[in-house]
Amino acid sequence: MTALPETEEMVDPVPGAAAPHLPNRADLVQLLTPEGDRVEHPDYALEIGHDELRALYRDLVLVRRWDVEATALQRQGELGIWASLLGQEAAQIGAGRAMAASDMAFPTYREHGVAWTRGVDPLHVISLFRGVDNGGWDPVATGFNLYTVVIGAQTLHATGYAMGLQRDGAENAALAFLGDGATSQGEVNEAMIWAASFSAPVVFFCQNNQYAISVPLERQSRVPLYQRAAGFGFPGVRVDGNDVLAVLAVTRQALQAAREGQGPTFIEAFTYRMGAHTTSDDPTRYRLASELEEWKLRDPIARLKAHLSRSSIADAAFFQSVEAEADELAARIRSGTVDMPDPAPTEMFDHVYAEQTPQLAQQRADFVAYQASFEGGEH
Amino acid sequence: MPHSATLRQFKLPDVGEGLTEGEILQWLVAVGDTVTVNQPLCEVETAKAAVELPSPFAGTVVELLHEAGTMVDVGTPIITIDTGGGEAAGGAPAAEPADDGEPAGAGDGEPAAGLIGGTAPGGRTAVLVGYGPRTTEARRRPRRSGTAAAARATALPGADYGSGGTDRPPLPTDDGPPLLATAPDMRSKPMRHGGLEVGRQAEAAALREDAAPARGAQPGRRGPRPLAKPPVRKYAKDLGVDLTTITGSGTGGCITRADVDAAVGARTAPAAEPAAETRTGGEQRIPVKGVRKATAAAMVASAFTAPHVTEFLTVDVTRMMKLRSRLAGRPEFAGVKVSPLLFVAKAVLLAARRHPMVNSSWDDAAQEIVVHGQVNLGIAAATPRGLIVPNIRDAGRLPLPELAAALGELTETARAGRTAPADMSGGTLTITNVGVFGVDTGTPILNPGEAAILAFGAVREMPWVHKGKIRVRQVTQLALSFDHRIVDGELGSRFLADVGALLHDPGSALAY
Repeated sequence: MTALPETEEMVDPVPGAAAPHLPNRADLVQLLTPEGDRVEHPDYALEIGHDELRALYRDLVLVRRWDVEATALQRQGELGIWASLLGQEAAQIGAGRAMAASDMAFPTYREHGVAWTRGVDPLHVISLFRGVDNGGWDPVATGFNLYTVVIGAQTLHATGYAMGLQRDGAENAALAFLGDGATSQGEVNEAMIWAASFSAPVVFFCQNNQYAISVPLERQSRVPLYQRAAGFGFPGVRVDGNDVLAVLAVTRQALQAAREGQGPTFIEAFTYRMGAHTTSDDPTRYRLASELEEWKLRDPIARLKAHLSRSSIADAAFFQSVEAEADELAARIRSGTVDMPDPAPTEMFDHVYAEQTPQLAQQRADFVAYQASFEGGEH
Repeated sequence: MPHSATLRQFKLPDVGEGLTEGEILQWLVAVGDTVTVNQPLCEVETAKAAVELPSPFAGTVVELLHEAGTMVDVGTPIITIDTGGGEAAGGAPAAEPADDGEPAGAGDGEPAAGLIGGTAPGGRTAVLVGYGPRTTEARRRPRRSGTAAAARATALPGADYGSGGTDRPPLPTDDGPPLLATAPDMRSKPMRHGGLEVGRQAEAAALREDAAPARGAQPGRRGPRPLAKPPVRKYAKDLGVDLTTITGSGTGGCITRADVDAAVGARTAPAAEPAAETRTGGEQRIPVKGVRKATAAAMVASAFTAPHVTEFLTVDVTRMMKLRSRLAGRPEFAGVKVSPLLFVAKAVLLAARRHPMVNSSWDDAAQEIVVHGQVNLGIAAATPRGLIVPNIRDAGRLPLPELAAALGELTETARAGRTAPADMSGGTLTITNVGVFGVDTGTPILNPGEAAILAFGAVREMPWVHKGKIRVRQVTQLALSFDHRIVDGELGSRFLADVGALLHDPGSALAY
């Protein structure tokens, strides 16, 4: 764990001079290079078996395929919107697989990879983006809270949940997901202050994908994000977000520290959003194509594949079987999406309160009568 | 297009949040192509972004329903694919789309950049985030017919969801004001969402038709409130304008401030009263927008700014037509169209060189006449989107073959709807070729800012006195309109006579 730097200059004297944009800085934890070479890090040892490595590869490929299919479905008018995780697979799979079953994740709206590791069916996530429900999975059963669209709000939920765990004496941790843009939000700063004050068992996992929609990180922070943790009084670490092994190792260690009562950690997973912010966004308006090309060379899946092939951990048959499985998954997602039934309009009244209020019941009855005044159906 | 079981159509989806339309930038497939699920079909530019649309079906492309360059409303079918009874939506998806169109499996090599990320063409206005114009394709079901529905509606106190409070539209009386000119359309086709009030108006219109026999039973009921925003209501009230006498031109028939102004204007000028006409069946009301709007504004500006004079000349162009045949066979004209318009253009350019004042503009602000140093020759073109006048820059410097090529390119671009705005600005002198429609002549209105425009009529075989005898000759009519502030009758006549002489005897060009 990176200790609190005692003497490091925290404020960048020249704006932009040390833009955190520059990759491969010395403070980047990496266990697998973009070329697929396995390297060691003094603070983060990772013992990992071949089966687990292959499983991680499978996760990455299937999640990417899910994401690509969902983007296509949106372009075909089947989804209202889609927030693509393209390029961020390793950050999400690494973090998700670092969690224990009893830990609780608090996602944004982009954590499809984490949802995957928690056993949430892709169609349950897709139904939200199709607009037929408000998120159809059981947060308690899966240890994966509902998607939060309000930027940064989930960090407060996670911190509160972690303080609850603390009071219950439970040996679990909460993992709060956030993006680089969310670090500028008040809620996130409040959450980190509370977490620090109470040494809450929460890990803040920030996927720094370089852009808050269109605003580049250097416009938001004069210091690398992980260094901000020092200001709150807990450790911060920057990990190569496209290195699934490094993310796994760093997150495991941070969660374990939280469970052991050592308080929060801030993890900055340094990655890149290869696609648009959402399907409503056009990244060519604010990003250079050359930047995208650079990041293609750091692809999270290609490096693991190279490592598996070179180390003879997986053969062509394995890769083909994963491809076939991805095809099946995509087909299932496609048919499951287009066949998804539309909900009854009255369902919007069902989940406002745990217990129906008389006013809402009246509104519902009025609405039913109104709907019934049309030809061709009762709703 | 007949729909068999295997023909599937892909409708333009709302690829952003709340977009109404998109422009098809280019097709990436052609009729007859075999496509797989998720194969990019076309590139579409919306108000937010240029994106590729992947195919939802596997099969063979049967028809591309819109050409590249056209704006298509969301929800409109754009392509027909024969799925051959096999794969359709829900079938096996194709390989993950790679950004360069290469087949790429997940995990090997570079990640697909998703469907966004290609270089976007410049010059578009993109909305980066947030909700664009509200465009729900609200297709409302008709209310249950007859008085039962009306009774139910009034019986339910909570059933009134509109903003109109208690004046939920009852069955209108016979002589009530028109509901909405566009109301019938709202029932028959998707409409832009205008809020519940619009829906209520549409429903009321439906009720009115459905419950025609019940009308007599409801005498003296108030008509529905016309649609208008509160400030406009107040504005109309202040001016003493009754909103029920106005037909709204805004979204969903909403009455705008301009409509109120127009109504006031109509009242002061004893003009026709349009209110009664809006009710007649079968009438179509087309919103004035786009090219039509621009054309209207330009024509009004021109017609009421520049005092127009039009002169006519009938010319025997038999020699020109013979020259045309001869030139068309020459190698330097291979591949270009040698049209009568080409000779008219050349004649205009030559005559304009002799009479530079026709190639000028009236600068009212500076109180100066601007005589242009070059002729940017405008050619009025009828396109699917309406009248546009692209021009050929410095056309006077072009040798005839190049002028022919430029004319061909200009018309082709215009017909394809790809004319850039820059090509339509800066014109100095215009030709309108009304002859292609088979008519003889007209009185053209000046392109705003220009001093002259020439109409070129149809070339017909006519009895004509030629060398003292009546012969069948090829004859056309020219009409020149000019801005009398700049061009006097003498100059206009000389210019027109020169153009006519050049067309009558192309050899006289040697004298220029």
